[in-house]
Amino acid sequence: MIEVDKLSKYYGERAAIRDLSFAIAKGEVVGFLGLNGAGKTTTLRILGCLLLPTSGTVRVDGLEVTQNPYEIRGRIGFLPDLPPLYPEMTVGSYLTFAARLRQVPAREAPGRVAEAEEKTALRDMHGEVIGELSHGYRQRVGLAQAIVHKPALLILDEPLAGLDPAQIVEMRNLLHGLRGEHTVLISSHFLSEISQTCDRLLVIHNGELVGQGSEGELASAMGQGASAIEVEIRGQAAGIAERLVGIPAVRKAKERATTEDTTVFEIVASTDVRADVARLLVGAGCDLLRLERSESRLESIFMNLTQNPAGGPQ
Amino acid sequence: MTATWLIARRELGAYLRTMSGYVIAAVVLFVDGILFNVRALGGQQDRLSTEVLSEFFFNSSGLVMAAAVFLSMRLLAEERQNGSIVLLSSSPVRERDIILGKFFSAFIFLTLMTLAGVFMPMLILVNGKLSFGHVAVGYLGLLLLGGAALAIGTLGSTLARSQLLAAIISGSMVVCLIVVWMLGTVTERPLNDVFFALALWGRHFPPFQAGIIHLRDVVYYLAVMYFALFVSIRVLEARRWR
Repeated sequence: MIEVDKLSKYYGERAAIRDLSFAIAKGEVVGFLGLNGAGKTTTLRILGCLLLPTSGTVRVDGLEVTQNPYEIRGRIGFLPDLPPLYPEMTVGSYLTFAARLRQVPAREAPGRVAEAEEKTALRDMHGEVIGELSHGYRQRVGLAQAIVHKPALLILDEPLAGLDPAQIVEMRNLLHGLRGEHTVLISSHFLSEISQTCDRLLVIHNGELVGQGSEGELASAMGQGASAIEVEIRGQAAGIAERLVGIPAVRKAKERATTEDTTVFEIVASTDVRADVARLLVGAGCDLLRLERSESRLESIFMNLTQNPAGGPQ
Repeated sequence: MTATWLIARRELGAYLRTMSGYVIAAVVLFVDGILFNVRALGGQQDRLSTEVLSEFFFNSSGLVMAAAVFLSMRLLAEERQNGSIVLLSSSPVRERDIILGKFFSAFIFLTLMTLAGVFMPMLILVNGKLSFGHVAVGYLGLLLLGGAALAIGTLGSTLARSQLLAAIISGSMVVCLIVVWMLGTVTERPLNDVFFALALWGRHFPPFQAGIIHLRDVVYYLAVMYFALFVSIRVLEARRWR
């Protein structure tokens, strides 16, 4: 779907991105991680045909962005960090305008708008003026304009920025709902959200790609184990740690914290072993209270890659 | 053309849904009315209808240029300011469609606003005779002058990041194009002919004001519009390089 080869963009003497190469297959949901100023937005804007690269090639759906920008724009949905909204318009009229701009025929536009509103839970806001909506709703309208023409590729730049925790959960669910219908490229600072939403991650630092792969692949390459999960069970369970280590992919399982009522185990494995762990604990008669990926794992990978870029896989 | 019309329709809706368009129209019509009463109709001596009409078009020409600068300042600068330009630039529409759509919307609004003052020349019928040909030619001149100022304003708005800066840039360009006429009065031929020919108002508007159409003047205003819009399109295209 996307092939990027030795892509560079210079602003005067300063390189925003340097020799960036990666590929994204059709249907993949890919997270684009990087610190502020790493070159994420520049890359996304080049993919969205808003900016021309200084050198290198970018192909979207087989088309070169510098040669066929108008054809490519029709196949992508772009949500920038600041949603491109017209505050004086109603949600419905804005989405109709966005659909018509993306060459949706007039008679099909109402149906497409209704569909986009349904997916982004904006049905009740159809007649509301955008300028009077909350930040969370505006972000949803921004997402709705990006999907209203059913693009093959969705490029979302910081879709979670500025949202409160409840809105982040809602947006995460919306993004999950897009899986399967579009190839999605999401940039975000919210590492835990990215890890839950994306199949694969691209980590960029100072304009260069310092790591790419699934969270597990990145962690393996950095010697941190593919998957770190935390398990909480009721009461004290002797011998459970040893039995957990018995699961083939598990490298390490240690009791991290124990209270009078609960015990927490931290498990590091080379693959995602959540299902095996759950089966083992339930089979052993434990009351399983919590089983989740350890968020600190991705944070640690990210910090390692951005502070010590040489360690990441390419 | 569909994209141009889509953008023009949305933009025209924005003029009609927000206060800015109405405020500009109200101020222009109010000032035009005062000038018409005081300068065109006022005074002790009797005046010919054609002199009153000519005075009306003289006053209106200044106002239509000012209105064009204020109407056009938001066209692109506001979109850049609030980030909505990304909706247009990430859609399969050409820069030409964006600029023309924006220009046409402002021109339609300017036309409606200008024609809303048509009752003033009609008042001449109360005490005199009226040449409808003179009225039509005068209005054609106003719309051509306004269109040229709007195109310059569109260019100013394309260059600027804020509406205020857009108004300053456009206003400065319009004023420079008006006063270039003065340089013609202090220079020798053939240079003075160039200055007179370039001037936005000096040589090209007075014939319309008097009810006379010269093809030369029509071509001049259309050429200014074409040039300013052409440069605007190029400036917008060049943004992709930055």
